[in-house]
Amino acid sequence: MIEVRNLTRRYGGNVAVNDLSFTVERGTICGFLGPNGAGKSTTMNIMAGYLGLTDGEVLLDGVSIADEPERCKRMIGYLPEQPPIYMDMTPEEYLDFAAELRGLERGERAEAVEDAIRLTGVEDMRDRLIANLSKGYRQRVGFAQAILGFPPILIFDEPTAGLDPKQILEIRELIRSLRREHTIILSTHILSEARGLCDKLVIVHRGNLMADGAPEELERSGGGRSLDVVVRCGDPELVRSVFAELPGVTDVSARTEDGEVFASLTRSEGEDLRERVFDACVAAGFPLLTLRPSDASLESVFIRLTSGDGPDDADGETDDETDNETDGDADDGADGDADADNTGDGGGAREDTPAREEDAEGGGGDESNL
Amino acid sequence: MRAIYRRELRSYFNSMIGYIFTAVVIFFISLTFRRVNLLTGFPYFAYALAGATPVFVLAVPLLTMRSMAEERRNKTDQLLLTYPVSVQAVVLGKYLAMLTVLAVPLLISCVCPLVIASGGSGSFLIDYSAIFAFLCMGGMFISIGMFISSLTDNQIIAAVGSMGALLALAIWPEIVALIPSTPDAALAGFAALLALAALTVYGLTRRPAPACAVGGVGAAALAALWFTQKTNLSGMLKNFLGLFSAPDAIGNFTDYYVFDIKGLLLFISVSALFVFLTAQSVLKRRWS
Repeated sequence: MIEVRNLTRRYGGNVAVNDLSFTVERGTICGFLGPNGAGKSTTMNIMAGYLGLTDGEVLLDGVSIADEPERCKRMIGYLPEQPPIYMDMTPEEYLDFAAELRGLERGERAEAVEDAIRLTGVEDMRDRLIANLSKGYRQRVGFAQAILGFPPILIFDEPTAGLDPKQILEIRELIRSLRREHTIILSTHILSEARGLCDKLVIVHRGNLMADGAPEELERSGGGRSLDVVVRCGDPELVRSVFAELPGVTDVSARTEDGEVFASLTRSEGEDLRERVFDACVAAGFPLLTLRPSDASLESVFIRLTSGDGPDDADGETDDETDNETDGDADDGADGDADADNTGDGGGAREDTPAREEDAEGGGGDESNL
Repeated sequence: MRAIYRRELRSYFNSMIGYIFTAVVIFFISLTFRRVNLLTGFPYFAYALAGATPVFVLAVPLLTMRSMAEERRNKTDQLLLTYPVSVQAVVLGKYLAMLTVLAVPLLISCVCPLVIASGGSGSFLIDYSAIFAFLCMGGMFISIGMFISSLTDNQIIAAVGSMGALLALAIWPEIVALIPSTPDAALAGFAALLALAALTVYGLTRRPAPACAVGGVGAAALAALWFTQKTNLSGMLKNFLGLFSAPDAIGNFTDYYVFDIKGLLLFISVSALFVFLTAQSVLKRRWS
């Protein structure tokens, strides 16, 4: 279990992390979200014992990392943003070195290395120099290092960055399989990944905690999860009127494209609209092409929480999207502009995730979004 | 520590650095060996070794420049500092690995006294003592180079900085001789040393109180000396600085054939100090 209490970290006059508190229970995966420069990596570095903290404390299974660093470090497997690998070693040599450094006994070392190699799928590359491996394989070797010996607490800073789509799925599956026995915290800016993988999300912005809760809770706070529906019909107004009459639907937006209508249905809390939508489509004679929960609601929560200057801005309600837009424009940061683009999009099927926007802004366009 | 030591050692000999270092040192030692011992028939290898001192000044930075700087540049320090090993163990492991690399050419040079003995009378005790003294001096050089490497993430800066520092050490007696022999200059010299000590204490503790205490006590002692021993002050400064003279210490082994325990103590204590400072410098970065 991880407990972060009032964590503060200053660099000179800059506050990188400000009074951050949250807990992650054993057996859960916590997603750490925030725009670039929000303090995610700093917080993770502090939790892993790499950086010191200015104020507050980090408790791992009740042990303070400041008081008993070595005991805490024994419990942690950490994958930093850039995998800490030695180019002049082979994956096997490297993992053997890491296992010895972690204090695994000689007997269990070989087995731990084998497990890590097998689980991360680097068997074929085990005897090549890491310098000659591709970025995805290097990331996997870094991941293997983190899970070596299966420490109870796992911290992953963007574990799927730089991997190809298949590898992303494999790593996610691996993380999911580790959930039962471990406390896992991972940072990402791929929101679909956060929702699919995490039991709990912590959203930070400029070092401040903006929100903390299960993905569903956060979505509810953002006005509930909406439903994306695509039907074949020439008249968006007709579709809108049919769906608007359904019980439990609070708002409908629709746009048309190539004879297909893309509708987004906002529902009131706790309602499951899927059967009603299906029945309505049958009754009205629209061929139903797509029916799925929208990704947009978590996105809009994320954007609302991370587009201002700090915690004070986030107190506004969900209805002030236009406010955010002006905030974004007035903002000095590049993220403000990206957010403004997104919020300006209105309802409907939103295609650009904030992650993509940020990647484009940050120039690190190597993250794959699934 | 053993894991770090083994990794570092392997890394020196996986890359070219270990071989280049060994080759360069051996080349220059054999040059002086041939000139001093083989061509002129002088029976002490120790003296030949003394002539090879400059190669240590140039080659040791080659060894030390990457030690800490590269970890920082490649972010592999994130591995070392988040694993259950102490920073002191990491630093010591690296230090011992470099010392081992340095020992390779010195071990090879152990053949030289045998060559001398095969053609005449060798002085094994003197020659092997001198080789041992060179290992200790090299250890001191390595610790200084490693410390400088821990201050930067740029290997070139680390190498140039280390060369400058080691060169200054190599000509230390000449530098001390340049200090004017007036009480005023001595006072300024002592004051500068005092300021350096206080700054170091502040850098290590991050608290003004201990640094002020060191500065205050030192200033009081200095004032007392100024009023009681004004005329001797210059001599005291030069004697004090002379304590740190590596060339004098090594000269006792190579020129006077004296097993200089004071000199060995100098090498070992300065090594220990800089190994300690390197660990502190790494730890301090967690806060900056």
